[in-house]
Amino acid sequence: MANGWFGKKRLPGAEVQEAPPSIPDGLWTQCGKCREVLFAREWERNLKVCTKCGHHFRLTAPERIAMLLDEESFVEIDGDLTSANPLNFPGYDDKIRRHGAASGLKDAVVSGHGTLDGYALSVAVTDAHFMRGAMGSVVGERISRAVELATQRRTPVLLISGSGGGARMEEGLLSLMQMAKTSASIARHHDAGLMTIILLTDPSLAGIMASWGSLGDVLLAEPGAQIGFVGERVSQQAHLGKVPQGFQSSEFQLTHGQIDQVVHRKDLRDTLTLLLEFAGAPGVA
Amino acid sequence: MTASIEEFERAIAELETQIERVRKLTRDQGLDRSDEIAKLEELKSDLLRKRYGKPTGWDKTQIARNPKRPFTLDFVRLMFSDFTELHGDRLTGEDGAMVGGIARLNDQWITLVGHQKGRDASERHHRNFGYARPEGYRKALRLMRLSEKFKRPIICFIDTPGADCSVTSEEHGISESIARNIHEMFRLRVPIIVVITGEGGSGGALGIGIGDRVLMLEHSIYSVIAPEGCAAIVWRDAKRGSEAAEVLGLTPHQAKRFGIVDEIVKEPLGGAQRDYDAAAKSLKDALVRNLAELHQIQTEELLRSRYDRFRSLGVFHAGS
Ligand SMILES: [Zn+2]
Repeated sequence: MANGWFGKKRLPGAEVQEAPPSIPDGLWTQCGKCREVLFAREWERNLKVCTKCGHHFRLTAPERIAMLLDEESFVEIDGDLTSANPLNFPGYDDKIRRHGAASGLKDAVVSGHGTLDGYALSVAVTDAHFMRGAMGSVVGERISRAVELATQRRTPVLLISGSGGGARMEEGLLSLMQMAKTSASIARHHDAGLMTIILLTDPSLAGIMASWGSLGDVLLAEPGAQIGFVGERVSQQAHLGKVPQGFQSSEFQLTHGQIDQVVHRKDLRDTLTLLLEFAGAPGVA
Repeated sequence: MTASIEEFERAIAELETQIERVRKLTRDQGLDRSDEIAKLEELKSDLLRKRYGKPTGWDKTQIARNPKRPFTLDFVRLMFSDFTELHGDRLTGEDGAMVGGIARLNDQWITLVGHQKGRDASERHHRNFGYARPEGYRKALRLMRLSEKFKRPIICFIDTPGADCSVTSEEHGISESIARNIHEMFRLRVPIIVVITGEGGSGGALGIGIGDRVLMLEHSIYSVIAPEGCAAIVWRDAKRGSEAAEVLGLTPHQAKRFGIVDEIVKEPLGGAQRDYDAAAKSLKDALVRNLAELHQIQTEELLRSRYDRFRSLGVFHAGS
């Protein structure tokens, strides 16, 4: 079953940023970590995990959804929301257009509802390919709406982070307020006795982690993801010294009690299924 | 070009020295120089009115960071009685960058939590320059829950450049501690008033920043990122912080325009650092008035409004 997740169709954004331009399109890809040149077909069958070193490549939000949810079950909602430029921040409109064109996304999030092994749930995925996945008004709104929909339908919600940017400074304070907004929605979801699952993928930083990224009943992470409050560079500057080996990796956060489990991509669906079963999530007949 | 706030303050200090000199002359020689003194005082107010009348975002940033501004414990001393400081997060530690305790505002018991900066070198170190750690946020939450238990309102004073991003704080879960506070503050069943008194630095501010009313002192700032940091990212030049301060919308007026802040609290002419008593009185009046309003609201309605208030924040386009 796992092998079929990428089987049907080639998903948008399959040429990830790590592919060097000298290699013919789509045939080969190179591992960003161990530099091994991988046969693309095999690498895709391996869920875009390096067959040599186990490096988990970044996925796009649509890829992530296709990989985790039951086939054809995903229904996107709020796909019509797009970023405004409330502060008239220089260059922001242009940046949105460029990132939109390059990623094929409207903004840094894809959200909706679907089923996972038959269990109905809401899902929202942030995507680092669009402005580093930074949380502007659209990201905050779509996450809040996805959570609220789950509360309303009394289903669990699965929030997946691939956000290196944290806050989107082009939207100023409004961006910061998305942390408050998304946390508020999750608080209500918890109060309704419903499950929130957070999956942290590379990268998950800053405003995301200081809000919804830390607010799951259960926090899972993919191996080797960068997870932390501020980037390593900033921490280093603040500390005027070296940070420890593996600082802010998934494994570091596991060791320090900040996440529940590091899960290999191939095992994610099974782990999520168990959690949904535990929560007594209603299945879809 | 307009002088920077720092240059301007140096000029004012020089003027004040002159005024003092004339006063001394009056005292020592018994000559009446009141006309000249009045003239110089008038000049000073005039300059202050002009310079502080229309401050830019960068001006506000510098005023908000002025080390002479009243800090949380100064306001506490001037506004509350019977303040009893309570320490520790009951988990691992005590954070000097976050203070808290119980106190009386007129006749009413409240709980106060707030960032604390230091004045001299040793206190600055003890207060970690106002960069609160996970221990600080967890202490704040513990005290807010104490307040809820005894049905006392909560007042939060924000004055931080940001949360502490040291390796130790990362290991102790700085992100989680902020996220948890934001989450829990939506569930606390007592009125909460948040005041940004100086620097409202990003997530570090928001970690005690959820409330039924959010007030900003006239010369405080509230920003998603330090202007210098923003400039370093956008223009790869941290020295262009003054430009970034204008586009980030970090002033009280901008925050109010987007509904992020409810009220701007007037400061004495030339900023709170010139007259602690006047600044404290102005803030105290605002707190008393807002608390009285919040006491009229039923708990369920209070929580619903708090949710709706933050839920509505954001600007985007809908429809293709
Ligand atoms: Zn590899």
